[in-house]
Amino acid sequence: MTNRIIHLLQVSPKNLLSIYFTAGFPQLGDTRAVLKALQESGADLVEIGIPFSDPIADGETIQQSNQQALDNGMTLKLLFEQLASMRQEIAMPVLLMGYINPVLQFGVEAFCQNCQEVGVDGLILPDMPLEVYEEEYKELFEQYGLLNIFLITPQTSNDRIHQIDYLSDGFIYMVSSASVTGAKSGISDDQEVYFKRVKSLGLKNPQLIGFGISNRETFLRATKHASGAIIGSAFVKILRQTSNLEKDIHTFIADIKNR
Amino acid sequence: MIEEATQYHVNEKGYYGRFGGAFVPEMLYPNVEELRKNYLQIIAEPSFQTEFQALLRDYVGRPTPLFFASRLSEKYGTQIYLKREDLCHTGAHKVNNTIGQILVAKRLNKQRIVAETGAGQHGVATATVCALMGMECIVYMGELDIERQASNVARMKMLGAEVRAATCGSKTLKDATNEAMRHWINNPVDTHYIIGSVVGPHPYPDMVARFQSVISEEIRWQLREKTGRENPDYVIACVGGGSNAAGAFYHFLDEPSVRLIALEAAGKGLTSGHSAATTALGKPGVLHGSRTILMQTDDGQITEPYSISAGLDYPGIGPLHAYLFDSGRGEFYSATDEEAVQAAFELAQLEGIIPALETAHALAHLSRLGARAHEVVVINLSGRGDKDLATYMKYIQ
Ligand SMILES: Cc1ncc(COP(=O)(O)O)c(C=O)c1O
Repeated sequence: MTNRIIHLLQVSPKNLLSIYFTAGFPQLGDTRAVLKALQESGADLVEIGIPFSDPIADGETIQQSNQQALDNGMTLKLLFEQLASMRQEIAMPVLLMGYINPVLQFGVEAFCQNCQEVGVDGLILPDMPLEVYEEEYKELFEQYGLLNIFLITPQTSNDRIHQIDYLSDGFIYMVSSASVTGAKSGISDDQEVYFKRVKSLGLKNPQLIGFGISNRETFLRATKHASGAIIGSAFVKILRQTSNLEKDIHTFIADIKNR
Repeated sequence: MIEEATQYHVNEKGYYGRFGGAFVPEMLYPNVEELRKNYLQIIAEPSFQTEFQALLRDYVGRPTPLFFASRLSEKYGTQIYLKREDLCHTGAHKVNNTIGQILVAKRLNKQRIVAETGAGQHGVATATVCALMGMECIVYMGELDIERQASNVARMKMLGAEVRAATCGSKTLKDATNEAMRHWINNPVDTHYIIGSVVGPHPYPDMVARFQSVISEEIRWQLREKTGRENPDYVIACVGGGSNAAGAFYHFLDEPSVRLIALEAAGKGLTSGHSAATTALGKPGVLHGSRTILMQTDDGQITEPYSISAGLDYPGIGPLHAYLFDSGRGEFYSATDEEAVQAAFELAQLEGIIPALETAHALAHLSRLGARAHEVVVINLSGRGDKDLATYMKYIQ
């Protein structure tokens, strides 16, 4: 079977909406309910955040969701239990996103094996260096059918973008601005210059734009320049406030996708 | 022998054995890479060295004395020398590093400095050099530490720095470090991050160790002058992140006859659940950009350390120390709050020197060392105790 991420980007490489949410948040047992509601309301792919005590690339909103998930009792082991039968009802691509330390403690090979068993398609581990991936993990990830998604930022040099493109499969996560998550909203003209620069590099991998995407307007502006866009903090804020998970998720996604 | 001479120093990939590296998200990569590419060359420039050495001499007050502590020596039946980093301007070794880093920042054309601080010693040392160089200074400090270390907060403010509270997580040093790193992510071009210990992504551990290495450089010639000996038998230092220890060990790393002894904070006891003894309680992992030894849960969540001394209240140690521990080159022990306080009073009353609570952990090891009469013990007196008087006062009836 081809990887679900690769398949998705082949059949519909436009206007893709990817949603990030933190596992075990707002309630410990909500992971599957959020996943299901996202699929039903029309999200194209999801990134499930593995909570970590020290998320240095995240702003307040995601920091708090991480902390609350941990306070709820969330662990990586529990996440795999929650995801165990997800492929009976979830068809869209699923990625796990998180800091590398919990993965190291779980054991990298055991982690990959569990990912494959539950049906995870890709990984985003922002604090894993390129060389470490290449030297220590690439083979392992490939063996278990996991795509590794790298980030680029406005400060990433063209040479390095090419190197990342060469090592990537699936898509490249194009961080829209030099910031932590949830820090800035909106997309400026400067950012469009950066999106155009990346577009002109002729990369083999499509790009999804993340950071600063929060609503239909920013989604449309971003997807002009890439295959899709990723929403994190704005969605986590919805989860934080909701009293009706399903309904609020449907409204949020519908507002962005089909209005 | 050539391989010997470098085995405890960082390799070209940024590792000490299996520890170290630069585990940073892409948002930090350009900042760290800019530093990595330039730091060795900048430090080697004659104009840098001239300015650095002049400031260490005329501003910090170096060389700091190597003092023969005769009454302490008599009590423990050995030859004890104190390396007086407590006499540095601002009261601790921390300023050796901040002087070096601000000169690097200037040469990288940075306009603003961000730093983290626990006890406030590194924050004060950073605010001090920023005032000296006329640079804007932002210091992140855990909300709890702001309450615990009010006098250092006042010093930083008087020096013109902006102190920002880290309100997330445990609200202490680890969280202040997270906030400083986030600030650097959000301000990648004009800001330099002055990290306060031999922690963080490569090249920080090596750069900070180099700036602190002046401690052991001086110990060497001072000891030769005073005793005719090339090397001491023991060098003892406390370890939070490990910068004063790295500086005190640096020029003895490749001298196997010198026993390098590191003291961690056992807090209320190793098994009490209130401790900061990283090597005793930790496992390898990744935090703040490097692979090192960390206190953490089985799930890989970093646990909150505890020590009576805010400067040792960190859940990890620098990668150099993880390697010294792992390879057996360094000997790691711990001292409890009680043992440290007792050792501080002993030094005060035998030698007339009030040490910082952090330093007191190193002194506490003397009673267990078992050094012989002819042996030479150097203790790195990393800081003075003025900032800790409120704590010490609780022990004075
Ligand atoms: C006097 C003193 N000693 C030691 C330390 C611990 O830091 P390090 O292990 O980096 O020397 C501190 C930190 O605040 C300090 O103020």
